[in-house]
Amino acid sequence: MEKIVVGAGHAGFQLAASLRVANFRGDISLLNGEAGLPYQRPPLSKDFLKSGRHDALHFRGPEFFSDNEINLVAEEAVQIDRVQRKVVTASRNELSFDHLVIATGTVNRLLEVPGAGPDIIYIKTLGDAEGLRRRMPGFRKVVVVGGGFIGLEFAAAAAPEGIEVNVVDAADRLMSRTASRMVSAWFEEQHRRSGVRFYLNATVTAIARRNGAIEGVTLNDGRQIEADAVVVGIGSVPCQSLASEAGLTVNNGIVVDQYLRTSDPSISAIGDCSVFPSLYAASHIRLECVQNAADQAKCVALRITGSATPYTSLPWFWSEQGDDRLQIAGLIDRHDTAVVRGAPEDRSFSVFCFQADRLVGVESVNRAADHIVARRLLTAGSSVDPAKIADASLDLKSLLDRHLPPS
Amino acid sequence: MTAARLNSVNGIEAECGGSLSCGTCHVYVVGDYSARLPPPSAAEEEMLSLVAADRRESSRLSCQILISGEVDGIEISIPESQY
Repeated sequence: MEKIVVGAGHAGFQLAASLRVANFRGDISLLNGEAGLPYQRPPLSKDFLKSGRHDALHFRGPEFFSDNEINLVAEEAVQIDRVQRKVVTASRNELSFDHLVIATGTVNRLLEVPGAGPDIIYIKTLGDAEGLRRRMPGFRKVVVVGGGFIGLEFAAAAAPEGIEVNVVDAADRLMSRTASRMVSAWFEEQHRRSGVRFYLNATVTAIARRNGAIEGVTLNDGRQIEADAVVVGIGSVPCQSLASEAGLTVNNGIVVDQYLRTSDPSISAIGDCSVFPSLYAASHIRLECVQNAADQAKCVALRITGSATPYTSLPWFWSEQGDDRLQIAGLIDRHDTAVVRGAPEDRSFSVFCFQADRLVGVESVNRAADHIVARRLLTAGSSVDPAKIADASLDLKSLLDRHLPPS
Repeated sequence: MTAARLNSVNGIEAECGGSLSCGTCHVYVVGDYSARLPPPSAAEEEMLSLVAADRRESSRLSCQILISGEVDGIEISIPESQY
């Protein structure tokens, strides 16, 4: 019985690890398209930019793979042969499977404008982050394209170093895909206090160069911003060509059912590359977060070892920007009411988001306990009264029932 | 917590990577080592009040236990679950 996992990011690693936790005794091959041990991505735009420490990044030490007989294969898969049930690698090796899990993740959306070049910085891989760390001491003025988590995490790391940071975002506010207006505004203010400048409702239409080196960017309204470096965080595109070329259904990701099976029952897809039906959204969604990668991996590992359950895990995310931590439980992109607890001016508050009186998500800023309670409430589908939430004397923990299922 | 993770000790999830933001690195400190550790901060206390498994006197979040000569030989036991 051979399981093959294509991709050794958060989802792929977790799948291999979870198979052994479930006492699966057969062969596991984990295909890693990058050299070195599998590693975590979130620190690359946070701690790692400061510390540069590799050991803190690796999921596990090297003995983990040998001790658990997980065959770590440093090769990229280039083709899936569904008839013969095998994966062909870049060096023409063929690996047979009885079940295949695609965990290929995403690639960065590229800034494709005149003047773009290989010196434009993206933060995706360890190599990217190491390159950025080396170059940062030489930066004087940086334009950050994209005001989402990645762009803002970098901005928060750069501004205290005396680097002039200008952030450009196409939306009218920061983190428009994931945060409420209130949280967007709060973080914008924190960044401004650190000297970061913002250009909202704007896009970069060209990179200007002098003698080959970046000199600045041009915006859609003609304004120009000087820069000696450009860092881009404008989202990601799923790696689905392996799936589509094998005839699996794709649509902004590899389409799976509630059990995370693709259109081929011997093949599952998990993590950033999968598009799946969610209890928390009106239609199929694709989530780019560690929670989804890890929880989908656990779900599939259980299914392929005999304990199939639908995937119903609550989405949650976090971002660390400077000294501030934002944690989000649930999907809040559609909400009609927001109730604030705590004190934004004291840098600790939560925003409870309701849609037609139903709690759909909670954002917590420097308030981890609220986040943990929120995850449990949302997972349990507990009915939460907005008026109660607004009562500052309420101890949130009192809303937790002893018998709530784990988050 | 980092040492446990890198040495493949199972059962310490450490979702937030050591930032006192998840409560999933919960452990029980065996014997008198508990008293040798600096007491939990207010932030750690708050997260300890939310741990999924039984909270005991000996409960700590392992991300807050710093390895030093003073805790040489420390023994911890792992709760049934972090969720």
